[in-house]
Amino acid sequence: MPEAAVTNGESSQAPYQRNEWELFCRVFFQKKIAVLALFIICLTFIVAIFAPWIAPYDPNAQDLSNSMQPPSRQHLLGTDRLGMDTFSRIVWGSRTALIVGFSTTLISAFIGTVLGLLAGYFGGIINTVIMRFMDALMGFPMIVLALLLAGVLGPGMQNIIIALTVASVPGYVRIMCSMTLSVKENDYILAQRSIGSSSARTLFLHILPNAVQPMIVMITSGLGGVILGESGLSFLGVGITPPDIAWGSMVADGFKYLKTNPILSLAPGLAILLIVLSFNILGDSLRDALDPKLRGVL
Amino acid sequence: MLTYIARRLLWGIVVLILVSLIVFFTIRLLPGDPLLIYLADSDNLRSMSQEQLDGLRAQYGLDKPILLQYVSWIADILQGDLGRSIHYNENVATLMLERLPITLHLGLISMAISLPLGVIAGLIAALRRGSWIDNIVVVAAYIGTAVPVFLFGYILILIFGLKLEWLPIAGYTSPLDDFWLSTKKLIMPVFCMSLPGIAGMARQMRSSVLEVASQDFVRTAWSKGLTEKVVVFRHMLKNSLIPIVTIMGMSIGAIFGGSVLIENVFAIPGMGRLLVNSLFGQDYVMIQASTLITACIIVLSNLLVDISYGWFDPRIRYE
Repeated sequence: MPEAAVTNGESSQAPYQRNEWELFCRVFFQKKIAVLALFIICLTFIVAIFAPWIAPYDPNAQDLSNSMQPPSRQHLLGTDRLGMDTFSRIVWGSRTALIVGFSTTLISAFIGTVLGLLAGYFGGIINTVIMRFMDALMGFPMIVLALLLAGVLGPGMQNIIIALTVASVPGYVRIMCSMTLSVKENDYILAQRSIGSSSARTLFLHILPNAVQPMIVMITSGLGGVILGESGLSFLGVGITPPDIAWGSMVADGFKYLKTNPILSLAPGLAILLIVLSFNILGDSLRDALDPKLRGVL
Repeated sequence: MLTYIARRLLWGIVVLILVSLIVFFTIRLLPGDPLLIYLADSDNLRSMSQEQLDGLRAQYGLDKPILLQYVSWIADILQGDLGRSIHYNENVATLMLERLPITLHLGLISMAISLPLGVIAGLIAALRRGSWIDNIVVVAAYIGTAVPVFLFGYILILIFGLKLEWLPIAGYTSPLDDFWLSTKKLIMPVFCMSLPGIAGMARQMRSSVLEVASQDFVRTAWSKGLTEKVVVFRHMLKNSLIPIVTIMGMSIGAIFGGSVLIENVFAIPGMGRLLVNSLFGQDYVMIQASTLITACIIVLSNLLVDISYGWFDPRIRYE
């Protein structure tokens, strides 16, 4: 553990870095559940990328003569009221989930990092303005804020990404701001400033690298939250619009046939659960493996 | 303590003003004529003559500068006038007074269930770390935070409503009208709403008990030869409950967020369903009012949590 603490500074040498990486791998890969989560995420990626080859049918092709089929060899998960193949739709839906998840999370992490750095580093009025505004945004439950924005902007993938981004930025700003505040107090930052370094240099070379690890953890768990949020909006019918396929709206569409053909709702619902669960578990495992204080404790 | 409360209140008011600005200007982002906010029908708008439009514009005060419009909107709200809903053709304030108690009924019962269950589950899991019971709690908490509430609702409906036919699958009855029916209708929604709460509470409690357990004063208590009961209840419990206060504050937000989905799954006429229906009815007066009121309730309850935090933990007063 003492070695691990040393590498947190900027003067990490090659042998330490290798130890750090090895330590990370050892803690991370000894947890079977973390490996499983990583596997599911990779699998979803592959499915999303190769959707046209994996899906046996066109996900939006209607075939009324084959509607409401139970699972069979032709239709792995059966078909819905319009004869659309459930399995193919779930395969294509993974694209939507990942695209919305990643664009939202990366954009909001970027905006959050910039605002949080500014608020934490410069303090004073800048901090007050940014942080009070974030407090106000956090006054809305995520789904209510996203609903408000999606309602005004209209449905569609791009608008959903904007709506969810606005709703997730405050979390990143908060963590980045408190991170910056705590790093700023270190003596090496004071030393840096006393030799006349510019603010930008201090921010980018010394404060930002410290924030990389908590950011990675937060982005990973944030992905789960955003995908859950998108599924909620799509479930309500204000989210993704055809021809894009959303798991959330598939669950909602299946409600009428819940008794006769529950798989229509349950299969896409389980897909959401599985991917969100995997991102949450991965996020927690990364936190445990990256934080020297938690290694071996949990 | 008084200066602390005064300062918190002041910031609370600032945040409330910002909240109202966000709501007001988001609605103004609406593409097209701002008259749409009051009319909800663009075809109707197009067929009107210029004089009619100008008349309406003057009637709703839309010819004035935007800041003045904002001020008069706030002034109306402070007098209890939230406007008139186009979709429901009713006074917004009256409608909300009908809907709010329903959401609070559902939400407060869920909170009352998830708090003790989550705390107990987290406490037991932490005290018996690594045991089968700990594993069950950890896995259940993971699933509870990741499951979409609407999926959980559908599964409950499928099993207890459609297959076993034990419970009604939709609607709401006031407990004052028919207590038994009201309870039966609420069982599944309450279960749905408390699941994320229980899971979050259990996870937080587990990690905070583990953290407290590693501190010096607990080791001292053990080494004095005190029994587990005394160590846990006298020394550990109070300290590990502090983060739970924060989670409690957050769960007010979770009630309103969760109600949006759960009330739509179980067709409960509360605030969440009101919001979604007014979105589909393009009833912007209603959307404006219900998001504003929701956010205000949450900001105010967070304010209470902050103040009570200062009460529990005096160090916070001098941040």
